[in-house]
Amino acid sequence: MRRLRAAAVIATVTALSAAATACGGGTSTGGGSNDSPKTLTYWASNQGPDVQADKKILTPELKKFEKQTGIKVKLEVVPWSDLLNRILAATTSGQGPDVLNIGNTWSSSLQATGALVPWDSAQYAKIGGKDRFTASAVGSTGAEGKDPAAVPLYSMAFALYYNKQMFKDAGISTPPATWDELVADGKKISKGGKFALGAEGSNPVENIHQTFVLGKQHGADFFDAKGNPTFTSPGAVAAVKQYVDFMAKDKIIAPGNAEYSQNQSLEDFAKNKTAMVLWQNASTTFEAHGMKASDWGVAPVPVASGKPGFGKQVNSMVAGINIAIFKNTKNLKGATDFVKFMTSTDEQKVLCKAYANIPPVKDAQSDPAFSTPEATALKNTLLTSAAPLPQVPNESQYETAVGTAVKSLFTDAASGRPVTTDSVKAALTKAEQQMPKS
Amino acid sequence: MTATTTNAADRRTPHSGGTGRAGTGQAGPNRPRLPGRLRRVGLPYLLLLPALLLELLVHLVPMVFGILMSFKELTQFFIRDWTSAPWSGFDNYRVSVDFDAPIGQALLHSFFVTIGFTVLSVGLAWLIGTTAAVYMQENFRGRGILRAVFLTPYALPVYAAVITWAFMFQRDNGLVNHVLGDQLGLTDGHTFWLIGDNSFVALLTVHVWKLWPFAFLIIMAGLQNIPRELYEAASIDGAGIWQQIRRITLPSLRSVNQVLVLVLFLWTFNDFNTPYVLFGKSAPEAADLVSIHIYQASFVTWNFGTGSAMSVLLLLFLLVVTAVYLVLTSRGRKAADV
Repeated sequence: MRRLRAAAVIATVTALSAAATACGGGTSTGGGSNDSPKTLTYWASNQGPDVQADKKILTPELKKFEKQTGIKVKLEVVPWSDLLNRILAATTSGQGPDVLNIGNTWSSSLQATGALVPWDSAQYAKIGGKDRFTASAVGSTGAEGKDPAAVPLYSMAFALYYNKQMFKDAGISTPPATWDELVADGKKISKGGKFALGAEGSNPVENIHQTFVLGKQHGADFFDAKGNPTFTSPGAVAAVKQYVDFMAKDKIIAPGNAEYSQNQSLEDFAKNKTAMVLWQNASTTFEAHGMKASDWGVAPVPVASGKPGFGKQVNSMVAGINIAIFKNTKNLKGATDFVKFMTSTDEQKVLCKAYANIPPVKDAQSDPAFSTPEATALKNTLLTSAAPLPQVPNESQYETAVGTAVKSLFTDAASGRPVTTDSVKAALTKAEQQMPKS
Repeated sequence: MTATTTNAADRRTPHSGGTGRAGTGQAGPNRPRLPGRLRRVGLPYLLLLPALLLELLVHLVPMVFGILMSFKELTQFFIRDWTSAPWSGFDNYRVSVDFDAPIGQALLHSFFVTIGFTVLSVGLAWLIGTTAAVYMQENFRGRGILRAVFLTPYALPVYAAVITWAFMFQRDNGLVNHVLGDQLGLTDGHTFWLIGDNSFVALLTVHVWKLWPFAFLIIMAGLQNIPRELYEAASIDGAGIWQQIRRITLPSLRSVNQVLVLVLFLWTFNDFNTPYVLFGKSAPEAADLVSIHIYQASFVTWNFGTGSAMSVLLLLFLLVVTAVYLVLTSRGRKAADV
């Protein structure tokens, strides 16, 4: 009995301590040194169909860099689901990579942690200056008025991908340019188990990408000028309702999409179950699912009326990946050289071709590879009608809070519960109240 | 019967200790001898020292840090050097237990979800584990294979197992709807399991599936310690199977169950892997467990101070529940011993 009680106590202490063990902490200071000039660790985000594909694409490029500089780069491709937490852990412990990729929407949030080397004009000069990059991409590298926390590496934008055969079967000759047209076309297509539009209802981040753009079209930002959330403004509510209504009211999104979060909507598209998806740089994924390039077409994401442009005609967020230097690096010079190499015109052509992205480096865009119909649509969108997500420190929290609210509204829509202006407002109010004070 | 087991256990303890002492005495005739008493009293502690040190490093130090953080305004602005975060006193606690405001409300909701989930999970896992263990007592052909099969969920890597369940629970392509709807005709085959209210059932199913083999294993070990003669004597006296279970099996398993239920309770209450793999970072409301909730507060909204305060509150709750449980069960236990 005594032994058992001792066992019970030990079990209790062990199990309980798990509850109170919050993130460990470590202090870190300084802004990088050059103590180990011959090595670098690089965390690349997963860009290709899988981690192995990324390694295959990046390894020869890193060898090229090693040949040029004598610096050996240790590569780790980090899946998206882990990347932010890995960066946070590295920030807390001070033990991270030298160079890393970040989602460009996280720039301000990560900038606020102070973990990344700021790109002031002197630092930018070392890689050829800020002017080499497109303005929209530079707009997504940190809060306005502060030195950027990162440098643009890959640019992406949203486009409307449509299945040519399904359009033909429904008697539609041109892709929709406005939302009204999209809904009208969608109702023609959504029959017999087939649906017009795909969505990733359970993926908060994807929900943000879509509702942010609709918000812009309704004249709403999700934050005010001071960086305080304005999730319940009439425009924001209308935007979210419009998006969820594609399933709830218009019934052009399949109810099953409410639980999608692993890009199943792209698979449905490739299998001719869904006729349209609003996606960024989707061609490699379609090919991976066995779809031929001639089977699908690309058009700009619809707007309320007229043509895409800035202001209320925005039809995409500035999507993309930035490259940053971790402040604790022991090889600041090497890390800067590596960023210079990765953003060099030649290297941009190689990498963006491999990943089917648009190079944020202007000179690299002239390559004919970026003049395909898809690349042209994406390039034009970036140039004329894409806006960066709010560059505020609480941006990553906004993605989760509002993205989750949209997820719960999709759940309502899929289960046949009504989605009303009030219910949308209630969900967004809850999201706003969960935001930390900024 | 219970008394017999306890005495046997108590007898073994000093005996094995004695062997240890004799062993050390013989092994080192040339070593400087510690004074007898110090050696007798000190050696066990010396042997415990590495474990204590590890416990200190692995659990207690982070726990102290966690408690410290709960009194700080620890957001992304300070995580690089969390010690520099400003003190916020009891603010984080106040926010966590302000049940009129959204953060407190959501925490309270997830707390009740977790209580329901824990009671049902532990109850079901215990029931299934006990039933299986009792059946496995009989000798029959294929018993070994069946036992191994029973233990599979316990042996599988959690991530792989839960992700497989996530696939099976998918509405349109999942096996669960296929079987329930297409094959058995119990549902229309279009039930959502991973979103909405049913997500609680999905979570419960996966967790019980993962948990019961442990209960089975422990109870089976406990059953081995019950002398067969007791059953033989009882059956000669005319006791049926139910009477045997009620009068012999369950009382004999009392001590084993005491620890088992406690461990199952703590594991379940703190379970993070199952909901995280099943639902991702934002669990549906019906399946929003406290562990995920705290994770969200800390790592998604980057409000580590509030997350730590919630952790400490959870720790206090579990400590109180455990203390009450241990007092109650040992009181019942003493009564049974008398």
